[in-house]
Amino acid sequence: MQEREVRSGQFPGSQVRRGQLTVSIAALLGPCALALAQAAEQAAAAPADAPADKPLLNPTRIALLAWLAVFCVLIVLAILLARNGAPFKIRRLAALDAVDEAIGRATEMGRSVLFIPGIQDMNDVQTVAGVTVLGPVARTAAEYDAKLEVPTSRSLVMVAARETVRAAHFSAGRPDTYNEANIYYITDEQFAYVSAVVGKMVRDKPAACFYMGAFYAESLLFAENGNSIGAIQIAGTAEPSQLPFFVAACDYTLIGEEFFAASAYLSGERDQLGSIKGQDFVKLVVAGLIVLGVLLAVAGVARPDHADGLSKFFNTILGG
Amino acid sequence: MSQDSNDGLFARLGRIDRRWIFLAMALAIIAPILMRLRFEEEPQRMAQATFDTIEALPAGSKVLMSLDYDPSSEGELQPMANALIHHCASRGHKIVFMTLWPFGTPLLDKTVKRILLEYHPQLKYGTDYVTLGYKPGLEGVVKLMSSDIPKQFTTDKQGTPIGEVPLLAGVKDLSGFQLVVSVSAGYPGAKEWVQFGNGPTPDAFAVIGGTTAVQAAQLLPYFPKQMEGMLLGIKGAAEYELLVQKAYMPERFPERLEDGRIRMGSQVFAHMLMIALIVLGNIVMAAGRARGGAK
Amino acid sequence: MLQRTVPIAILSLSGIIMILAYFSPWTESWGNTVIDWFNIIAGVAFILGAGNLLRVNLEKISSQRPGWAYAAITIVSFMAVLVVGLFKIGAVPSDRFPDVHFAGDIDSADSTLGWIYFYVIGPLGATMFSLLAFYVASAAFRAFRAKNLESILLLGTAFIILLSATAAGVWLTKPIPADSPIAFLKFERLRAFITEVVQSSGMRAIGIGTAIGIAALSIRLILGIDRSYLSKGGGDA
Repeated sequence: MQEREVRSGQFPGSQVRRGQLTVSIAALLGPCALALAQAAEQAAAAPADAPADKPLLNPTRIALLAWLAVFCVLIVLAILLARNGAPFKIRRLAALDAVDEAIGRATEMGRSVLFIPGIQDMNDVQTVAGVTVLGPVARTAAEYDAKLEVPTSRSLVMVAARETVRAAHFSAGRPDTYNEANIYYITDEQFAYVSAVVGKMVRDKPAACFYMGAFYAESLLFAENGNSIGAIQIAGTAEPSQLPFFVAACDYTLIGEEFFAASAYLSGERDQLGSIKGQDFVKLVVAGLIVLGVLLAVAGVARPDHADGLSKFFNTILGG
Repeated sequence: MSQDSNDGLFARLGRIDRRWIFLAMALAIIAPILMRLRFEEEPQRMAQATFDTIEALPAGSKVLMSLDYDPSSEGELQPMANALIHHCASRGHKIVFMTLWPFGTPLLDKTVKRILLEYHPQLKYGTDYVTLGYKPGLEGVVKLMSSDIPKQFTTDKQGTPIGEVPLLAGVKDLSGFQLVVSVSAGYPGAKEWVQFGNGPTPDAFAVIGGTTAVQAAQLLPYFPKQMEGMLLGIKGAAEYELLVQKAYMPERFPERLEDGRIRMGSQVFAHMLMIALIVLGNIVMAAGRARGGAK
Repeated sequence: MLQRTVPIAILSLSGIIMILAYFSPWTESWGNTVIDWFNIIAGVAFILGAGNLLRVNLEKISSQRPGWAYAAITIVSFMAVLVVGLFKIGAVPSDRFPDVHFAGDIDSADSTLGWIYFYVIGPLGATMFSLLAFYVASAAFRAFRAKNLESILLLGTAFIILLSATAAGVWLTKPIPADSPIAFLKFERLRAFITEVVQSSGMRAIGIGTAIGIAALSIRLILGIDRSYLSKGGGDA
């Protein structure tokens, strides 16, 4: 299996500016300071002998917060290591390597490229991931001068997608080819949206179809219709119930975490590729914990449903 | 038949117009319904657990029933919704209806009329059952209900202030219910009820999930700890209907509690057809390989 | 600079508030407030979407592009349901305020909107959903081929699940006694094993990977590392 190597200077791209980091730190400290001030104010207003109403942190979730902090540190550490030139290897993702091929095929055939960013709104992280993948795809389409259509199921997604595609066209040096009318809203209703998009697929016969986002029952409808028109199909979703349909009917599928790593992979930026490596570090920790838990349970030393000392200790640190 | 025409047959089968497959599937689905075929069902662990969970509650327990689906999924979920409502009402439980789907409200209305009021006309609105209706906000509704129901639903669907509804007197949050039932077609649905409703106070109430079969993979890890009962698709509905009918056969319109079993006939034929198609596809592939090897 | 910094600041602030809301009782309501802000913005954005829908379809009609009749149907349907809903035409009068027209119930099964719902939206949605049965059959014929060991295992599992989901499977293995050593071969037990052990394990693994992927993506977005959704303005940042 081929791998990509991340080295210093290999991927010209932006680094996190000090200004942006400052903004993020301020965003973290601001609410924390406000929460502490609120707690202090309420404590001061309460009578001296009154019991504390609420703890600062939910005691049942402290363990989870600690693990979240550990995982964040691991991911940020990987980003910093990547930025400083540590040689990370990233497994090649066939689905993303095929993006250029798919759009090139559409250009040769004189047909359009269809990109569907899922059927959920921008509050769904899969939609956010889909819109971030749209950026590099739109940039490639602009470079190849291929027509990219993005029918959306939510108005906010239409607005975000327009911004993303416009930025991609500017970035590719083709601001004149950006056409706002190619990114349009259809309807919020699931099957009405599906019938509109499927009708478009059957009439216009796009040569490449991208399904990147949150999908439900309509996944197979899209994929089978795309298959019937002979389009090359690349899908990505984190919906476990829809993955089998995409795997069976599409040419390439990004499964779960691969989908969330897609925007980082396509950008080629050191920082983002480092975060993919950070994901792997976290997975190693989680796998280690699973193995440890299984060994302890099999040995009868500690189990989640037991109340003895060692079981209680592990339940506490694992947030059980 | 000569080797050449056999090869031609398999090659033709490999290129078969998919509309023939669609026609075969249509016949497989329609025929059992027209012939009114019923197959014997043997209730399995999950259907039995669902039945036992409702049976174990003391009569008069408060049940929150969230019908989170729309007409698209009515075919798969309505039978289990009907059986769940009839079971809870027969057991004497008080039911509070709501939905998290904007297109779920008229369906909720129709279900209450067709099942609750037809099978149990003696029940009184406000004391025996209440409809809260739809509230936008997806899983945010569940999250808020886990701590403050009156803040989320200030009135019921008829406009009565929530404090004036006898059934909801003293119910501040989800722990005021003994059981939460979610019949759901997707998002938001059973998973959100477990994650955001059950999570903060895991032992306060039982949760039963009735979902489409395709969601089984996602929700099975929750059974039986976070979800005491689970009904998956038409099969789960058919098994559960059998249990409910044995215990609480309705006097009027009993066929409304047989929809699951009726539709299982179509599922049997459809699954047989799919198995046949898979076998046929593999025979075509093997014949193609043999033809290629012979040449 | 503002064009990039302000969106990143909003994103970072919202993301961190949502995280804090989960862990601290003091900030729990802040998360609900952020969700309310999103719902308000999404509601306002709907006007943009509806305006775009009208513009696209009116343009299709005025330029008489192929299929413009469907655009006309779209606009007529859109306006009809909008008017019925907004002005509560055919609403069921409220029990508490029977003389107040706008107190009526538009969601009731007996209202005009209810009629549209049960006789137009419902059947159309159910029709589209039912297409899945046909597409699953054609996908099964085309894609489920025993090309290698993994696909053979997949096919075997598929046969067990398909059969055990029906009375046929139960009937086929009924002769096996429940307490015999080979009782595990009963289809319902095989199904239970496949779904509760094998499938659940796989799904949990995918779920864990997905959760870690979401966390990594969120960190990239909150820290402003991933900015592919932002306008780059006059030059690369």
